Amino acid sequence: MTETTEMKVKYGRPKGFFDIFERRPGAVKKNMHYCPGCGHGIVHKIIAESIADFDIQDRTIMIAPVGCSVFSYYYYDCFGISAPHGRAPAVATGLVRSNPDNIVISYQGDGDLGAIGFNNFIQAANRGENIAVFFVNNGIYGMTGGQMAPTTLPGQKTVTSPLGRSVTNEGYPLKVSEMVAALDAPIYVERVSLSSTKNIMKTRKAIRKAFQNTIDRKGFSMVEILAGCPTNMKFNSREMNEFIENQMQHYFPLGCFKDIADTRDPIKRPEGIYDKQKVKDILYPIKVAKGVSADFKNQSKIFQKERKIKIAGFGGQGVLSLGMMIATMGKLRNFNVTWLPSYGPEMRGGTANCTIITSREKVCSPIVDKLCNLLIVLNQPSMEKFLPELKQNGVLLYDSSTIAPPECGKDKIIYAVKASDIAKKIGSLRCANSVILGALSVVMKDYFLEGKDKKDFDRAFEEAIMDCFANKQNVIQMNIEAFYAGKEAVEGTLTNPHK
Amino acid sequence: MAHKKKVKKYFVKIEPDECKGCERCVNACPKAVLKMGTDLNFMGFPFAYYVGAGCVGCAACFYNCPEPGAITILEESDDTDDSGKEEEEED
Repeated sequence: MTETTEMKVKYGRPKGFFDIFERRPGAVKKNMHYCPGCGHGIVHKIIAESIADFDIQDRTIMIAPVGCSVFSYYYYDCFGISAPHGRAPAVATGLVRSNPDNIVISYQGDGDLGAIGFNNFIQAANRGENIAVFFVNNGIYGMTGGQMAPTTLPGQKTVTSPLGRSVTNEGYPLKVSEMVAALDAPIYVERVSLSSTKNIMKTRKAIRKAFQNTIDRKGFSMVEILAGCPTNMKFNSREMNEFIENQMQHYFPLGCFKDIADTRDPIKRPEGIYDKQKVKDILYPIKVAKGVSADFKNQSKIFQKERKIKIAGFGGQGVLSLGMMIATMGKLRNFNVTWLPSYGPEMRGGTANCTIITSREKVCSPIVDKLCNLLIVLNQPSMEKFLPELKQNGVLLYDSSTIAPPECGKDKIIYAVKASDIAKKIGSLRCANSVILGALSVVMKDYFLEGKDKKDFDRAFEEAIMDCFANKQNVIQMNIEAFYAGKEAVEGTLTNPHK
Repeated sequence: MAHKKKVKKYFVKIEPDECKGCERCVNACPKAVLKMGTDLNFMGFPFAYYVGAGCVGCAACFYNCPEPGAITILEESDDTDDSGKEEEEED
């Protein structure tokens, strides 16, 4: 009959697939790697057909999950990305947020979506990301050999539930569609099946609808497809269809759980900011005044050698921000600095310390492993703990209003400042760290400055305070005041028993 | 008018080397015009074949087949009706 009349193709290999699967290793280049009768092939075919029909091949990104369908990039003639196990919706979020024109498809199985990746999935759904999720639910971990999945039916025997899944021990199957439909953000949730031709055509309709929603940028669409794994369930294709029809569809009722695409406007999200300077301007809106002479930069001997500084106290005293101010000062002058905080699980009340290393050379490690050059202590327990870590001829600076004078050898240089008392006088105990900073500027003058550029030296600290409190404008003035108070207090009455 | 309604003829083409013998098409065919053969293809699977007549072009076998190109449904080309293929659903 074909010889006499000319025939044209009514249904044939979908255009969404490659003609020849070059990426697939081995001799078989026209077939998929799936077992005979696998549901993936049918869903793949419908998706490929839809991609070609909607003419979106050049902007579709198919995310290959972990599972049997991990090799979907062998087949689809569109873009593809492989995501870590369960993370397809997270990857999809990035893809669609960075370019809203992308049509992003997340194709996942029940192990990928329902087990390891459930949180990724449900959060993406709750954010209403403009993606289409095709959830192929076969109630079993197919790729690894048929273990029990979250969607395994009660009583169903699998490799890891040889007596059948018991709801008292393993719980009830996860009804993903119902859970997602309960959220506000998703716009389209439907459960379909591959058990018969009629159901397959409904699947086709649902998949095309999800594509349409994604193209219209309406939001999150999910189609749950009940499929079978004939190999692992040891069924032939007829038995497989009967199992889906009689058992799975009984527990997972088919139907559309949510379809509110018509009531939603297309999603418009603010555009991302990728310019480095713009990000900086947003995060630090107040510009730090740069009034330091070039001379200072070149001649300054501050931090000329590597200096290891350790600051210790309890959380809330401003230990970390004091460290940050010192580090910022170094940073603003183009020194190499590291700042490494270390605190217990509680932010306030526990012990806290941070280490700063400043150097003209590269700093290889931010860790001050024993022996520091300068130790700043803000409470008694820290004094006891960290004093042994001070180097010979190292400098100790402590808050003498709360700490008793330490007993140590004559090889340490000790400075004390009544930081807490001064801070209270200024107005807030919280600026005690700036008082210490003021004292430090005096202490360090002897140490690093060699009497030059005194004014610039102060200004460097002032800038550091302004930079560190850039988003707390109302406290800058108080901290600068505290800085000078601390400086003044120490300048006249340096407590140095060994000098 | 010489317009006479012509019954279209359809034909199922099964690529023997792309069929994995899962029998989904054989089970799905409403007219039972597909049968399983006993020969093996180059992958080692038995494959389905079309008995030669009776196809109505419903595409049940095409959508049931998990393989991308194993089943092709051909339609007798009709010169008078060249407006394009119908897009509506089958069921």
